[in-house]
Formats: sequence, C-alpha cells, structure tokens
Amino acid sequence: MTSKFNPPIGKISNMNGQCISLIGNDIDTDRIIPARFLKCVNFESLGESVFEDDRKTLKGRHPFDLEENKNASILVVNSNFGCGSSREHAPQALMRWGIKAIIGESFADIFYSNCIAIGIPCFTLPKESIEEIQNYCDNKILFLEIDLKQSLAKSKDFNFNLEIKKSSRKMFLSGEWDATSTLLENENLIENKFNQLPYIKFNTNLL
Amino acid sequence: MSQDTLFDKVWDLHKVSRLPGGSDQIFIGLHLIHEVTSPQAFGALKDKNLKVKFPDRTVATVDHIVPTDNQSRPFKDNLAEQMIETLEKNCLEHKIRFFNIGSGNQGIVHVVAPELGLTQPGMTIACGDSHTSTHGAFGSIAFGIGTSQVRDVLATQTLAMNKLKVRQIWCDNKLSKGVYAKDLVLHIINKLGVKAGVGFAYEFAGPAIHELSMEERMTICNMSIEGGARCGYINPDEKTFSYIKNKLCAPKTEHWDKALIWWKSLKSDENSIYDDVIKLDASKVEPTVTWGITPGQSISINQQIPHINDLSPSDKLVAEEAYEYMGFKPGESIKDTPVDVCFIGSCTNGRISDLRVAAKVLREQKVSKKVKAFVVPGSEKVANEAKEEGLDQIFKNSGFQWREPGCSMCLAMNSDKLIGNQVSASSSNRNFKGRQGSPSGRTLLMSPAMVAAAAINGKVSDVREFIN
Repeated sequence: MTSKFNPPIGKISNMNGQCISLIGNDIDTDRIIPARFLKCVNFESLGESVFEDDRKTLKGRHPFDLEENKNASILVVNSNFGCGSSREHAPQALMRWGIKAIIGESFADIFYSNCIAIGIPCFTLPKESIEEIQNYCDNKILFLEIDLKQSLAKSKDFNFNLEIKKSSRKMFLSGEWDATSTLLENENLIENKFNQLPYIKFNTNLL
Repeated sequence: MSQDTLFDKVWDLHKVSRLPGGSDQIFIGLHLIHEVTSPQAFGALKDKNLKVKFPDRTVATVDHIVPTDNQSRPFKDNLAEQMIETLEKNCLEHKIRFFNIGSGNQGIVHVVAPELGLTQPGMTIACGDSHTSTHGAFGSIAFGIGTSQVRDVLATQTLAMNKLKVRQIWCDNKLSKGVYAKDLVLHIINKLGVKAGVGFAYEFAGPAIHELSMEERMTICNMSIEGGARCGYINPDEKTFSYIKNKLCAPKTEHWDKALIWWKSLKSDENSIYDDVIKLDASKVEPTVTWGITPGQSISINQQIPHINDLSPSDKLVAEEAYEYMGFKPGESIKDTPVDVCFIGSCTNGRISDLRVAAKVLREQKVSKKVKAFVVPGSEKVANEAKEEGLDQIFKNSGFQWREPGCSMCLAMNSDKLIGNQVSASSSNRNFKGRQGSPSGRTLLMSPAMVAAAAINGKVSDVREFIN
C-alpha cells in the first residue's frame, strides 16, 4: 500500500506497474467496501478497508493481503466487476490502496463511470486473456507497461491489445475525465437548455 | 441503434452538447441527494471554489444512516450524527430544499420524490444511489451516479455520459394471484442475468406491466440495476398521470393541462426501434426467492437449488461461491428453509401498497417465536398513512416491530443488522455477501407478502397458501 496518496491529475497516458489478480465474477461494490465504511465525510481512510470482509474471511490469503502484492497497481478481474451500489467509495478505496488501472472481462456501468470520474482507466480483454494473466500471476510477478494511446499492454512474456471505449480513452489522454471544467465551458448552452425544457415552466411548488 | 423510444426522445431533449471526448453532455432535470454520497461532492465544490448552479433543481433527504428505533438527536452513533449534520449544513449553505426527519416528508429518497410529485415523465433524474432507476416508472430517464458526478451535477446541472442502448422487455398476459412485481423482476433478472443490462436502458412494456400499479412499477424499475441496467423505465399512461395529479409538487391548473399534453407525447412510438427485444409470459411467473449471493440467483418457491451442471458456464463460478456462502446444497428445496429475521422495507418494497399486502397476509396470525420481524416504512408519509389505516397495529399485534422510516437493514448502515450467519427473508433488493450488516449473514430476497408468510411459519413459505 502506498504510504502517501496522490490523486491523479491532468492527462493520463501511461501506467506501469505490477498486476494483482482477483478471481471472481459479479464482485459487487458492497464487497469492495462494506457499507459501514461509508459513514464518512471524506474518502481519505478508505484504502485500508478495501475488501475488509473478504480479507477477514480469508485470514491473510486474500490477494490484497499477500506480501508479494503490496506494491501492485494494476488490478486484473473477471466479469461484471463493481456491480451493485453506486458508491464511489469502492473505486476510491481501490485507488487509495494503490490501484491505478483495472483490466477485466467486463465492468458494471456505474462503477465504470466512477472510475473514469476519478482517473482510473478500466480496460477489457477477452475471458481467455484474463485467465492467462491470472494464471501467470498465480506463480510469478507480472509487470505490465500500459500505453493508453496505443491501448497496448506489454511485459517481458506477454503483449495484449487492450480494449477501452473510444470516448474514455480520449478523456484520459486529454485530461477531460476530470469533467467539471469541461462541462462548465458550455455555461451558455446549459442556460439555454434550462430555458427550453418544457417542465421547468410547469412551476411546481418547490422547484 | 434505438430510435423514437421514450429514452431517445428524453435523451435528445436534454442533450446540451457533444463533448470533445465524444460523450454527450446531458442536462439533469431533477437531482436528488442524501447524506452518504453528497458530502465529498460538496467538499469538492469548495476545493474548486464553485457554487451550486441551480439550487432549485436539487432536493435532499436523509435515509441511509438514520436509526429506525430512536431518531432523537443527536443520534447515538456519532458518525451518523456527523453525516446528518454535514448534510444539514450543506443544504443550508447552498439553499437546497431538505426534507429532514420530522418534516413529514422525510424517507428513502426513491420513495419520497415520487410521493411529492417531484418525479415526472420526461425528466432526467440523477442521484448518488444506484436505485435511482426507480423513478423510470414514471417515464423519466433516471440513473444512479457516483460522488464525482454528484459534484458535476451540483456545479453544472449536467453530466458527461455515453448514450445507452435500449432493450425492450415485453411482458405478456398478467401476473397470477399471489405473484407480485417483485417476483416478476426477480424472474426477469434470473432469465437475463445480472450483467445483461450493462450498457442498456431497460424499457419494461406489455400488458403485464401496464396492469401494474405505479408502486408496483417502481419495484420493477428499482431493480433494473440488479440486472445490470443503470436505467429502467415504463412508458407513462393514465395511471402515471393520476398518481401525480394533486401531489405537492405536481403541475397545477393550466400547467397541468400543458404537462399532460407533453407527457402523452413522450411514450415510445409504435414503430420505434430497439437495440434488443425480449419477450416473456408474466402468467408463468411464480413466487420467487433468491438462494444465492446475486439477485440473479433465484428460483420459484417450488423449485430446488440448481445443480452446477444445469447452469450456464458463466454462472458456475458464482454458483460455487453461493453454495458455500449460503450453506445450500444443489437439489435442496428453498421452501421450508428456516429464517431468523424478516424485514419489510426498502426503496424496492417499503411503500404503502407493500405494507397493505403484507398486513393482509398476516391478518391475525402471529409471527413465529423463532423469528425477529420488523417493518420499516419507506417514508414518514407511508408511516402516517399506514397508521391511519391501522396497519401498524396489525403488524404489532402479529409480533412485528414497527419502526421509523429509513433504508435500514437493506444495507445496514444503521444498527439494524443481521448477526453471525443469520438468514433473513427480506423485501429489499440485494443479497450480496455481507449486505445486511454481518460478513456471514445470508439474505433471501422475496416479495413483502412472502416475507410476511415466512414470518408466520418461521420458514420460507408459499404465500399462495395464505391468501384465498
């Protein structure tokens, strides 16, 4: 686990790091960060509680507890990762533990957009390639160099063509993933839209 | 690509621009916030020195962390107290309407907004909660967002999003007696799988859907996300309009007439194009119960826990995990499984009609002595209405505890939790590992009527044996 947390800022194009494999389909955000840790008004201390209940159950054998994974930063997962609750606390906890990118068979929609919004690129690969990486990680340490522009992951034993949504790739490369300022640039258009919407004029009691 | 569906119409209407990255910038007509996913968003506004752009388009309530036994302030739980105080402070500072405890309008955000008439057809609605899909029952496009996106909506009233594909789920015929909206949606999720909806909005349609009341429709749309679809909706009809009419925030007088004309124009055109269409026969659905650790792992009350070889290859890994966690063996019946806790509540099934149905099952029967049973009304309005009808007395006389409104044991952020590996019969929406507050707690999802039946027998039961 990184001792001091520096959130990503600006353009994101390269991620180099050790892989950590987590096997299982439909791993939900309640498992990534159980609800009791949501009783907080900032995200700062979430890193240490990531997968808290799963880790306790496995008594030190969970991938996030293994000594050899302590410096890992690229998470490799299976399908529908991050399903369930919309809690951004889940990717925040992963990021604060040290995760900078995720490669998986597929991701749940809200989890995926939360990852974009906080600067964690999520890539997909076919099931077979994921399993190949996960099997490799069972025995050896795997370092990957990810080039987002080329959507390429390289290591001494493997090369993979990663897939990522075109719009997501553009947003990371331009820094637009941190969306607020880009959205605010269209302030006039937002005002126009507000004035055009039929229901704004319905003049309800509260709105 | 879909064309001329309600989703297309509402999306296009709210599109502000095409962003350089290729996503759409979408205007959010109604923003709902609560205490859990908003504090960091307000914090980020402060860091960036930004204001809330349209404070009138955001409405707040408190639901996730509220205790349901004693709601006097300060809460016993310091962290919960800190969260409600932070929300109070943020709403005051940014002039956001806040429905606090005791206002008469507090409750689970997805119960409160429709009952106030805030939720209307044709709106885009966002909230930092995955069950925001609930509001799609009114023909709005509603979806859950994370905290950074809450920040963006507060600051700009817009979001950067990619348009979803649209899958129509056509439900023929109608539900049989003793079978409810919850059973139908669990059935749909089981048939399609928990990730089939990724990248899709679900349009629920067909005679079985339009036969449902608005509250039942909310149950269906609420659980779209459990099938992977962050957005689910139903085309508005006369039931929708008459539900909204005269609600506190509903359009009034001449605005009502204009609204009605516009709302009627929103439904998917007869020749609209969908990215996918699925058809199913609602009359074949039976009371349904989950046996596993995802909402897709369900069976009918008279079926047995599936054998691993009867499952598709992609479902096997999670099934193995589920057998081990739940302690079920393949081939076992779900019926007669003993339960320890019975919970009626949540944004899925904590509305007045849910309480009425459950009370009708109970009549004058007593809850099994082995069971702890409790009802958590979805909102203060639901609680008051139930009291006026005497439902609280029916529950109490049966042995149910009657609690104050909140999310409660759906996600167990307050003190309502399972203990150890207790089994709960729950009218909520998620049976994930540890979801109801104990890392080894086990959840069986079912309709509120089925929860009432389980409470009486102390074991999973077929509610059809209780209603004649």
